[in-house]
Formats: sequence, structure tokens, C-alpha cells
Amino acid sequence: MSTPVAIAGGTATAAGDFLKRLLKGQTQALERAPDWFTRLRSAAVDRVGALKVPSMRDEEWRFTDIAPLTGRAFEPVQTAPTLSQADIARFNIEEATHRLVFVDGVFAPALSAGVDGPGLQVTTLAQALAVRTPGIEAHLGIHAGYQDQLFSALNTAFLRDGALVMVPPETAVAEPVHLLFIATRKDGAYHPRCLVSAAPGSAVTVVEDYVALTDEAYFTNAVTEIVVADNARVTHVRVQRESGAAFHIGRCAVSLGRAAAYRSVAVALGARISRLDHCVTQAGSGSECTLDALALIGARQIADTHSVIDHGQAHGTSRQLHKCIVGAAAQAVFNGKVLVRRGAQKTDSAQSSRNLLLSPKARVDTKPQLEIFADDVKCAHGATVGQLDADQVFYLQSRGLSEAAAKSLLTYAFGAEIIDRIPITTLKARLGEAVLANTAGTP
Amino acid sequence: MIRANAETLLEVRGLCASVEGVAILKDMSLTVKRGEVHALMGPNGSGKSTFAKILAGHPAYQVTGGSATFEGVDLFALKPEERARAGVFLGFQYPIEIPGVANSQFLRLTYNTVQAQRGREELDPLEFDDLVREKMKLLEMNPDFLDRSVNEGFSGGEKKRNEILQMALLDPRLAVLDETDSGLDIDALRIVASGINALGTPDNAVLLVTHYQRLLNYIVPDYVHVMSAGRIIRTGGRELALELEARGYDWVSAASGAAAGAPA
Repeated sequence: MSTPVAIAGGTATAAGDFLKRLLKGQTQALERAPDWFTRLRSAAVDRVGALKVPSMRDEEWRFTDIAPLTGRAFEPVQTAPTLSQADIARFNIEEATHRLVFVDGVFAPALSAGVDGPGLQVTTLAQALAVRTPGIEAHLGIHAGYQDQLFSALNTAFLRDGALVMVPPETAVAEPVHLLFIATRKDGAYHPRCLVSAAPGSAVTVVEDYVALTDEAYFTNAVTEIVVADNARVTHVRVQRESGAAFHIGRCAVSLGRAAAYRSVAVALGARISRLDHCVTQAGSGSECTLDALALIGARQIADTHSVIDHGQAHGTSRQLHKCIVGAAAQAVFNGKVLVRRGAQKTDSAQSSRNLLLSPKARVDTKPQLEIFADDVKCAHGATVGQLDADQVFYLQSRGLSEAAAKSLLTYAFGAEIIDRIPITTLKARLGEAVLANTAGTP
Repeated sequence: MIRANAETLLEVRGLCASVEGVAILKDMSLTVKRGEVHALMGPNGSGKSTFAKILAGHPAYQVTGGSATFEGVDLFALKPEERARAGVFLGFQYPIEIPGVANSQFLRLTYNTVQAQRGREELDPLEFDDLVREKMKLLEMNPDFLDRSVNEGFSGGEKKRNEILQMALLDPRLAVLDETDSGLDIDALRIVASGINALGTPDNAVLLVTHYQRLLNYIVPDYVHVMSAGRIIRTGGRELALELEARGYDWVSAASGAAAGAPA
């Protein structure tokens, strides 16, 4: 069922080869899939053929050199190893009664829990499509457009399975839903997909979690769509703790209805190169969103976040605090676009980018991007880049802490402001420990 | 309390120091023995805060001459944290805010670090909580101080109480308290002063750096030193502070100008 793909720009380039190799092993289309799904996949395959691999010559990628990704050969993963609960125990979130686990992109029912319960629906896309669950066609591939985004198109072209969370109307789910994506294979390429749909008046917390059981290089290309209907509330914790050699490209598209609320905490710790495009569209009036993020990187890691908050309706609010802790020869990139469309009056938006550089070779490129077409709005933004405060270090030393311990504590504290906003106690503690481990012994 | 045979804690001789190439301390000398309370007074810019920071090892200041020994050890050979562990405590004039670090976490970490270095028992969070709450009573501090970030959003008086709380926990041999009275209303001054008095023993000593004599109504010094232009120009007993209060610093500066070059 695979459609042959012609690659734009010929096959002579390394980037062209990258796509060609990836597509060679394109997975079989889903059996028993509805026609619209098959059409979606084919359309995405067509777009992959038409789009170019981005480079630093593209405005959206000008700070992030993905040549180390596109210069490598990755193979699509067709089968996955069988893991035991013990193998993944350290990723466990006790509070989460619903858990979907994907190993190298393949659903692992034995590791998952709370699937297909009454009320809240936590299941796989493949299963839901097979039984023709309504409410998927209206959203899947609609919010995270693949027409002009190569990596989203690639993900959609490989679409076969994924995580599906559907919350019925007027239902508040107390326990978080854990979507766990585990990478195990060197040089594997996989394309995780999530769809979260919160019906009017509902509330849910979803943890989207990318982890590794290998130190090797592999390629995660993730797309998540989150639909928050009128008066619904979604809390989204996104954790990227891939292997230090991995490549992680992610797109998260969120659509907010009237008086809907979306709160997110995104934490990026892993990957050699990671990129997150986080796009929130306020499609209904009076909606609110909070985007908090922490990137904590060292060695030669690159962590790039591009966010877009699209205020399309009146009375919307947005709050964004983006923090980066950059050590060694790492590089952080933040581009925060806030778009206030004509008619989105009384928009109230505030964005803050705060960055801590731990070494002379560390680098951050941060850029607020405000585009405002309404005249009665409040939009604030600010960015700071700095080192640890010498007075704070001395204060701690004067109380007996070594210089290294003082710096480590201060670095931790800088990151803890974001970690503390995660509303799940065990995950907060786990990530706090990870941050502390990563900041200990900083120069 | 002055005792004839008390051991010397701090011996500073001919100390010269500068910041960014500007000389601040010029031939500063001072001896502090166990059990004593010293007040270091002087007008703004006389070098008293600089002296306090240099004792604690602030990196912005360069020692350009002279010596300081603490219990026989060369103080300037020690890093700031080593001085703290050895028993030198600096109460900051402007305590530093540390957002993101809970006061309880900070206090326990510093307490246990210093305890471990001194070969004493560290405390787990529950044991430490009992200890710190006991010490907080001394300073009439609300327990909710523990849950807040270190000094963040504290009033001036709250910050100073938090400094003395740290002093109570770290149990220093020599407490150097830099302008601890500034920013305190009369009630807070009384509480802080009684806390400092309660911590005094025949084994430790206090060096109060202060511009005004009002703190000395509550903490009675054994010695009062007056600094001017980077050195001590006059030393006396408690009555010297009262005289300064009545006559101002110009009087003593003028008097010492006539006797320039005489040892303090």
C-alpha cells in the first residue's frame, strides 16, 4: 500500500538521502482503516515528496543546524523488543492509573494500564479507528498541519498507531494519563503520535513522556494534537528525556475553544538535538493558556523551542515562562511568537525568556516575536541572559557550602521554578532529582 | 565579657585591602578574644563593612598587605566556606535573596554541611525541623518562614532575623554582624538583640559593625572601636559609643587627625 515518493531537490544531497532511506521502510498502512485515514496518509506522503529538508537557510531553522540528523541513516522500526515492567519501573508515575506505553513506536499492551475503561477513553489510535470511534476524523492531522512542515508530514505519512485520549463532556479526571514512549534501538526512526480531545466542560492531565533505554543515536519524530473544547481544561506535561545522542523533533498543536484552559509544562533534558514546535491557537473567546518550559542542557546539546500563541478571539490570556540552563558547549534556541489577530481585543499576554549560561562556550539565541493586529490589548515580553549571581554564590559559601555545591544549588533553583509547576508529586520529585543530578558539579 | 586569660580568637595586624584597585583598608589592626563583644563603629565609607566582608572572604576585595589569624590559622589562606566551617560567621548587611530554594532546605543543607565538617552528627529533615523551630522561638519568627524561598520577599527586619537564625544554627566562634540593626524597628531590634545576647558564651565572640549606637543599648560591648579612612583611630569602652552619639564622628576624627600616626 506504500506510495512511491519522489524526493524534492533530487537525491544527490545528504538531506535527500536521509528522506529516501527513511521512506524506504515506510510501514504498511493500517488494516481496517477508514477511507479518510488512508487518504490522510497518502496526502502526507505527497507532501513529503514536495517539501524540502529544512536547513539553516530557512528562517524557522536559522539557529539550529540539523545536519547531524539529516546526515545520518535511520531505519523505520517495524518490531519492538518485549520489555518487562521491571525494565521500565523507573519511568513509572504512581499517580497515573491510565498508561499507554509504546516501545520503539509499537504499542506494548502488557506494559499499559487502564486502557478502554468506562468514561475516559485511553486507547490506541489503531484500535479506535478499527471500531470507528467517532470524533477522530475532525481532529487528526487537522491541527498539526503537515502541508508545509516536513517532519509533521513525515509523521503523518507513517501514521499507523498512536495514543488517543478522549474525555467525555463534563467529566473531570483526577488522575493523570501517562503516555510513555520508550526508545531502545540504535539508528531507529519512529514517529509517535498523540491525539488528546477534551470535550466541553471536561478536565484532564496528560503526561507525554519520551524516554530511552539506550545511550545510542536514534530519531524520534513526534506529533501531538490537543483539542480543548469550550470550558474544558487540559494540563499537559511534556517530558523529553531522550538519550544524549538522540534526535528529537516534536510538534505539539493545541486548539482552544471558548473559555477553554490549557496549561503546559515542557521539560527538555535529553537529545543531542531537540526541537519542539509548540503552537496554541485560541479559536474561542476568553480562552487562556500557560506555557512554561525548561531546557537543561550541556555537552554539545542543542535544544530549540519555537512557540506560537495565536490569539484569534477576544478576551484571551496567555502566560509564558521559558527557561534555559545551558552548560558546556550547548546551545539553546527560543523563538516565542505571539500573534494577536484583528478582533482579538482585550488580549492579555505576557512572555518571559530567562536564560542561565554556565560556561563561556554555552550559547542561547532567544527571540520574542510579537505580531499585533488589534489595538486594545496588553502584551508584555522580556528576555534575560546571565550567569549565576556572584553575591548568591558568596552568600552560600559564607554559610559553609563549597563553591561547586553553591553553584549547583543555585542552578537547581533556577530550574526548580518550572519543575515546581508540574502538578504531579512523583514526577515533580523525579525530575527534580534529574535536574539536581544534571546540575551537580557544574563548573 | 573581658577575661584576663581568655584565648585570642582573631588577630588582625596591619591589614591593607582594596576593591577594584581603590585602597579601602589602610593598616587595620584588631584583636578579639573569646567571650568578648566588640563594636566597630565609624562614619559611612570608613571601611567597616569592607573589613567584615574581608574576614568572610568576599571575592570582590583584594588583601594587599597585613595578616589575619583565626585561632592561630591564616584566615586568608582559607576559602569562604572553610572560614565558615572553622567558625567565622558573617551576618550580612543586605542578606541575599535566593528564589527557588526553600529556607528550610537551605538552613538544613548549611547546618549539615558545617556539622559534617566539624565531625558532628547531621540531622534528618524531621530532627532538623525540631531544632530549627526551637531556634526560631528565640527570634519570635513565624514558622512559615521555613516554607518561603530564602529571604525572598522578606521585609528588612525578617531578613535580619533570618541571619541571626543562621547564626544560631551554625554556632560560630566569631560572629561578625554587619549593620544588623539597620532596617529594624524598635521591637525587631529588641528581639534580634536579645537573640544575639542569648547566643553569647565565654567561648565565642561577637564583632558588631554598626553606624549607630542604638544597638549598643541592647548589646553591651566590651570594646568600642572607631574607624576612619580604613583604620581604627580610637578604642574605648562602652562610654565611647555614648560620646559618639552625643558629639558625632567629626569630633573623634579631628582628635585623631592631631595624633595621626599614633597606634590605635
